[in-house]
Amino acid sequence: MPKKKISSLEEFFDFADSCRESLSRKRQSQEIHVCTGGGCIASGSLETAAAFEAAVKQAGSDITVKQTGCMGPCSKGPVVRVMPANTLYEGITKDRAETIFRQHLQEGTVVAEWAQKDQATGEPTAEDTQSSFFAPQRLITLRNSGNIDPLNIEEYLASEGYQALAKVLKEMSPEDVISEMEVSGLRGRGGAGFPTWLKWKFTSQAEAKTKYVLCNADEGDPGAFMDRSVLEGDPHSIIEGMAIAAYTVGASQGYVYVRAEYPLAIARLQKAIEQARAMGLLGKPVLGTRFSFDLEIRMGSGAFVCGEETALINSIEGKRGEPRPRPPFPAQKGLWDKPTLLNNVETYANVAPIIRDGAGKYASVGTDTSKGTKVFALAGSINNTGLVEVPIGTPLGDLIYDVGGGVLNGRAFKAAQIGGPSGGCIPKQHLSVPLDYGSLEKLGSIMGSGGMIVMDDTSCMVDVARYFLEFVQEESCGKCAPCRVGTKRMLETLDRICEGEGKEGDIELLEQLGAMVKDTSLCGLGQTAPNPVLSTIRHFREEYESHIRDRHCDAGICAGLVRASCQSACPANVDIPGFVALVAEGRYAEALKLHRERNPFAAVCARVCFHTCEDKCQRIGMDDSVAVRGIKRFLVDQEITIQVPKVLQSD
Amino acid sequence: MAETIDTKTAQGCCSEEHEMTVEQAIPAIDHIIDSLKKTKGALIPVLQQTQNLLGYLPEQVLVHISRKMDIPFSEVTGVVTFYSFFSTVPRGKHVVRVCLGTACYVRGGKQVLEAISRELDIAVGSTTDDRLFSLEIGRCFGACGLAPVVMIDETVHQRIRPDKVNDLLNTHRDLDAQEEQHA
Ligand SMILES: Cc1cc2nc3c(=O)[nH]c(=O)nc-3n(C[C@H](O)[C@H](O)[C@H](O)COP(=O)(O)O)c2cc1C
Ligand code: FES
Repeated sequence: MPKKKISSLEEFFDFADSCRESLSRKRQSQEIHVCTGGGCIASGSLETAAAFEAAVKQAGSDITVKQTGCMGPCSKGPVVRVMPANTLYEGITKDRAETIFRQHLQEGTVVAEWAQKDQATGEPTAEDTQSSFFAPQRLITLRNSGNIDPLNIEEYLASEGYQALAKVLKEMSPEDVISEMEVSGLRGRGGAGFPTWLKWKFTSQAEAKTKYVLCNADEGDPGAFMDRSVLEGDPHSIIEGMAIAAYTVGASQGYVYVRAEYPLAIARLQKAIEQARAMGLLGKPVLGTRFSFDLEIRMGSGAFVCGEETALINSIEGKRGEPRPRPPFPAQKGLWDKPTLLNNVETYANVAPIIRDGAGKYASVGTDTSKGTKVFALAGSINNTGLVEVPIGTPLGDLIYDVGGGVLNGRAFKAAQIGGPSGGCIPKQHLSVPLDYGSLEKLGSIMGSGGMIVMDDTSCMVDVARYFLEFVQEESCGKCAPCRVGTKRMLETLDRICEGEGKEGDIELLEQLGAMVKDTSLCGLGQTAPNPVLSTIRHFREEYESHIRDRHCDAGICAGLVRASCQSACPANVDIPGFVALVAEGRYAEALKLHRERNPFAAVCARVCFHTCEDKCQRIGMDDSVAVRGIKRFLVDQEITIQVPKVLQSD
Repeated sequence: MAETIDTKTAQGCCSEEHEMTVEQAIPAIDHIIDSLKKTKGALIPVLQQTQNLLGYLPEQVLVHISRKMDIPFSEVTGVVTFYSFFSTVPRGKHVVRVCLGTACYVRGGKQVLEAISRELDIAVGSTTDDRLFSLEIGRCFGACGLAPVVMIDETVHQRIRPDKVNDLLNTHRDLDAQEEQHA
């Protein structure tokens, strides 16, 4: 770190060069990277890092142990990467650190057992870039996450960090930046997908002495963790992106609004801001130029609607986070009624690579109408849950089956929920849909912020719709009636259907209410709230119908319709919990009688039936399903009392 | 330069100082307000830091903040009641937040919530009689890859199974018992 603030661009370029040199020297020697993203910390990666440090110290070695941000495969944590070999190890708890240090770093043999395996061959992949998880990915937003120490500004500088800002300050006018952004084709990654350059242009054209730039890090979509990972793994990229935006629109103060659920992200960003200030990259002036800019963090307080731009502005002002009617748009009248630019975390993270490497390069990735890459947070019933970044336009199926490694426990894919409470479900017949703004919209979903929840046949689509509606109903701020009352009526209807009290006409009622809420709500929350319901009705109407007409929930989720999920999965609807309990008590004859009430062929079925009940067993979440068919076979083999069917005589 | 950071100071929910009385806290609250004098829109940060100090926001404190900051009391309570992180009733020493975000929901978060609620014998939003635990729901802690998750105070616990919630709660109970013995 230089002794004092950097006070000119020349000085900056010199210092960045020296960082780069020292890093490339370091890169040739061995390093251990331990992922300390939020996910891996929950899996115990801090202890793993400590164990590596102890092992290094004990061996008197000078190998560096580095704590990085998220590397991607969160469900396999703690994740460790050995450099420069680029070998990724998964599930490295603290007791495994010693072995890896000894075998790989000292003796030079890869510990095959724990190395990341290729999906197809099952062999350890030599370099992680070749694995089926990483090969289809293209890292622009996540370029540094998992590679550098997020708390070390010199590593960011060595990875071309702040070069884009310096370039802008040195040789670009605000108009130049805007036209670069236009060529790049970057669209907002926070959900709505508004062209970023246009927003920048409007804000820069607004006449005012004071303007603000804001970063939306509220990440309210339940089931999404992209922004969090960028903040935790590469906080300087946000600072750089915001500084470039501020220069372009003419602002000198910025705010990052982070939700309170992300203490680690807040702490790391705070640290990064302090480092940038100390180095003269933030403050008055920036790098000795005529531009000055500073940043402050504001913490959310648990309100989903605060992710909406005007509500977020109210919240920063210290008010209730209720949205304001638009127009006026924030670009004219935003924070403290001053022109304000608001972008999402991922949007800002893309700015530096666009400016530094040229907009053309960025625009060469993606499709004709949607450029660049998109980060997705894969979660739900999928093997490789975690953080991935793919070119826009990648087919959904590739993402789920190649990168994601397919559905968990070999179950059948049912739907992917994209875009959270504002989005929709994509069913399996549309697995080939390219993930771009237009194609997803045509299917009644949205690109959204990047949360993707994969669901298998144990998810009931009516219940999923009800879940999202309950969420928006709870989070509706109550300011406008369509959203407050309309979502409530919709929720009541869905509750009724899930409890087995659905009526003919309920589906049509939901569609009608949904259309009304969409058309008349004040802000984006209400305008998109019916989407999860409408999209599930569109793609899974028969499931709604069977809830209403047959009082049947195929997935065995809706409590009012199902006594037990196994029973509802059984084609003959046999009282499985009943007969299993009777067998447990040794009351075989009664058990058999109970079975035969629904299905007289107990002995045959005990041998040949394909036991759909076992697939839906609730125990699967814990260990394995109850062996229902095996119990049945035991039961019929105990048939000591021959059960003569009652013969009815006609008189 | 790899510095470690303390996430405790960064967040606004629970603190060790729950037993501080309101009178004792007033000077500290004044200090918070003074330190944020120059901040525009300081009400929410003041409330967050005050809640950090006391564990909750009693009416007396809100009145004090309203006077000192010259913001109408109605506006202060309007803000407090809007955001779910603020609490006007005392909360337990440990805040247990069960995630019901989408990923956790489809992986059985609801069953975990039911199990914890049964185990603590309290409903969501309330506190045990011994003031040890409060139970709340969360909407995604960003650890979706490890669903279902439960956050106790600042720590995220991953892949919680309904039959294992007892162990989880007991470790906190044991720690507290130890602490008390020391004191
Ligand atoms: C109810 C609601 C919640 C939102 N939540 C978020 C959020 O958590 N993060 C985010 O970046 N954008 C969110 N948005 C979108 C923002 O209003 C805004 O469009 C976006 O932050 C603009 O940035 P972008 O152009 O870079 O995408 C939300 C919108 C609505 C209506
Ligand atoms: S859904 Fe539970 S952590 Fe994201």
